[in-house]
Amino acid sequence: MERNTISVLVNDQPGVLQRVSGLFGRRGFNIESITVGQSEEAGLSRMVIVTLGDDDQLEQIEKQLYKLIDVIKVVDLSAKPMVARELALIKVKADPSERPEIMGVVETFRASVVDIGSTSMLVQVVGDTQKIDAMIELLKPYGIRELSRTGVTAMIRGNVQ
Amino acid sequence: MMTQIPEMRSTEELREKWKTPEVISGSEILLRSLVLEGVDTVFGYPGGAVLYIYDALYGFNDFKHVLTRHEQGAIHAADGYARASGKPGVCIATSGPGATNLVTGIATAYMDSVPLVVITGNVFSSLIGTDAFQEADITGITMPITKHSYLVRNVEDLPRIIHEAFHIASTGRKGPVLIDIPKDVSAAKTLFTPVNNVNLRGYNPRTVPNKLQLDKLVRAISEAERPIIIAGGGVIYSGAHEAMYEFVKRTEIPITTTLLGLGAFPSGDELWVGMPGMHGTYTANNAIQQCDLLINIGARFDDRVTGKLDGFAPKAKIVHIDIDPAEIGKNISPDIPIVGDVKTVLEMLIPEVERASKADAWRTQIAQWKLDKPLRYNDEGKVLKPQWVIELINETTKGEAIVTTDVGQHQMWAAQYYKFNHPRSFITSGGLGTMGFGFPSAIGAQMANPDRLVVSINGDGGMQMCSQELAICAINNIPVKIVVINNEVLGMVRQWQNLIYEKRYSYTDLAGSPNFVKLAEAYGVKGIRATTKEEARAAWQEALETPGPVLVEFLVSKDENVYPMVTQGSTIDQMLMGDE
Repeated sequence: MERNTISVLVNDQPGVLQRVSGLFGRRGFNIESITVGQSEEAGLSRMVIVTLGDDDQLEQIEKQLYKLIDVIKVVDLSAKPMVARELALIKVKADPSERPEIMGVVETFRASVVDIGSTSMLVQVVGDTQKIDAMIELLKPYGIRELSRTGVTAMIRGNVQ
Repeated sequence: MMTQIPEMRSTEELREKWKTPEVISGSEILLRSLVLEGVDTVFGYPGGAVLYIYDALYGFNDFKHVLTRHEQGAIHAADGYARASGKPGVCIATSGPGATNLVTGIATAYMDSVPLVVITGNVFSSLIGTDAFQEADITGITMPITKHSYLVRNVEDLPRIIHEAFHIASTGRKGPVLIDIPKDVSAAKTLFTPVNNVNLRGYNPRTVPNKLQLDKLVRAISEAERPIIIAGGGVIYSGAHEAMYEFVKRTEIPITTTLLGLGAFPSGDELWVGMPGMHGTYTANNAIQQCDLLINIGARFDDRVTGKLDGFAPKAKIVHIDIDPAEIGKNISPDIPIVGDVKTVLEMLIPEVERASKADAWRTQIAQWKLDKPLRYNDEGKVLKPQWVIELINETTKGEAIVTTDVGQHQMWAAQYYKFNHPRSFITSGGLGTMGFGFPSAIGAQMANPDRLVVSINGDGGMQMCSQELAICAINNIPVKIVVINNEVLGMVRQWQNLIYEKRYSYTDLAGSPNFVKLAEAYGVKGIRATTKEEARAAWQEALETPGPVLVEFLVSKDENVYPMVTQGSTIDQMLMGDE
């Protein structure tokens, strides 16, 4: 089982997310994360989907996606050199005495503190999935109160589309 | 009997007139668009959310509208119409329960790649999402079982959407398309300009195959010692039966046709080896298991055909020709994948191929199997055998009727014992196995072919799932010959209980079924019952000679099983052959 990242260019129509996610569900494909947003072209959205599966399964996913009328283009990003990023907001328990220590972790990861409460800090981190996993591991001992991850968005490096 | 369905009367003149822009309501746009798409028959059932549409239908005689007695009857009839004619079937239902009653029929059409345009009403746009009276999210409910669907939000989109729907339903791999029209949209007025072009960036079915793959296939045919063709519904849907015949005759490769492929190749031909799979012939199943080249043309390696996938065609180089790229490699990874329209592919192949010259010993072997192990059943004793009834129908109609079936034992016997020679003459629910499909689909098939003999073969179980449509046969004088093969049990389920569940016949006894003759008569349809061969012959003859619809009930033995049978988890050459 490999982790695959695919980019799906779709018509910006009501229900299109339901069509795509529904297809994954009913065909027994797994979605690890899914992000959707505007693309470079008006009227089209780009979804980036991270899915676990072998090569045959990935091929089926691509073919099944192409059967949807609202799907314009499917690209297997993980087959090429790509940049993948995720954003996480982590609300960590932070008594004033612990703040300097947490700041140390934040700086090392080139993350940033975007809000401070009396007993908590809100940390924003951007990076690939592993980096965010690592950051969470390090912050766990302080006590994570709330965690929200966006899921991966990704793109191929260089001039290739 | 009064005839409710008026003849179509929209003239070329009227059609021309409709092409000039005019301000009309969404409902009128719908009706005119249907006519301009070439629709001549619509099956439907009115209700609150489609009242504007039905109001526009009042006195509108430019296509026939058949009022069924249940939405399920309407959609199966539209499906039968589509399968028999090759044109998209159209049906209309109201919102909520009307729409959800279509779900089984939509799924049936989706599984068998049947082109349908399904029109549902919905509540006023402003009420959508409020759990309003008779509201259901039908586009959401049917998303997994439609090729595409639309919820029309603006009346100005309606002409484009209808045109796109017909295009999507009837091109590429065909399938059902749903258009959900809120009540205010069907009432709203706008300038109607017919749409003639389609602009769908994400939809480009590939019809022309890759030449390199074709060359590989041509070489494989010349090298093969034991080649076999599996032909499926795709051959019929693409109108490729003549090309299919020429291809087979040129290469002299033996051919088996799947349930949906029956009629794609003449069954009397010496190269035809019957149907493959769970209830396939000894010859077809052995040929598949021993072949060295398997050419799948327009079939999808359904599990009822392949049996246990691991041991399927173990020695074969596999070729898969299909219009839907997603079918290729879904169940079986082919050595030669060919994406394209079956007719286009065959027409490109025919000039390139020659007789498979290394396969003479194989042809002899296959002829021997056919001789040694034909389909057979024990016809001793006085009780009517269902297989005999099918043979009777085959004999008297000379294989020229359009046959529709329901699902179960009678379906398999019809597939085995009726000899199909023409495409679109066998109409049956393959993929979904929908009980209740047989009889209403015959009504649709008859509407599409008013001059042909349509025979609907049903079990006593399935007949009761849509028997209310007897009314529309009677009132519209639709002359379907309705056969009920009555064994008083849910035969196929009972067969599994018999063979696999140690004869524990849990709830498969259909005691309490109506007297089918009286049921028919209650609706104004002639009914006849037969319990012996003599009665059966006479009853069937009378049915054929009687104009209009007739129901003939044949009381048959309940312990008869369908053989051969491959049980689940076995490879297809492990067949139970019955008690011979």
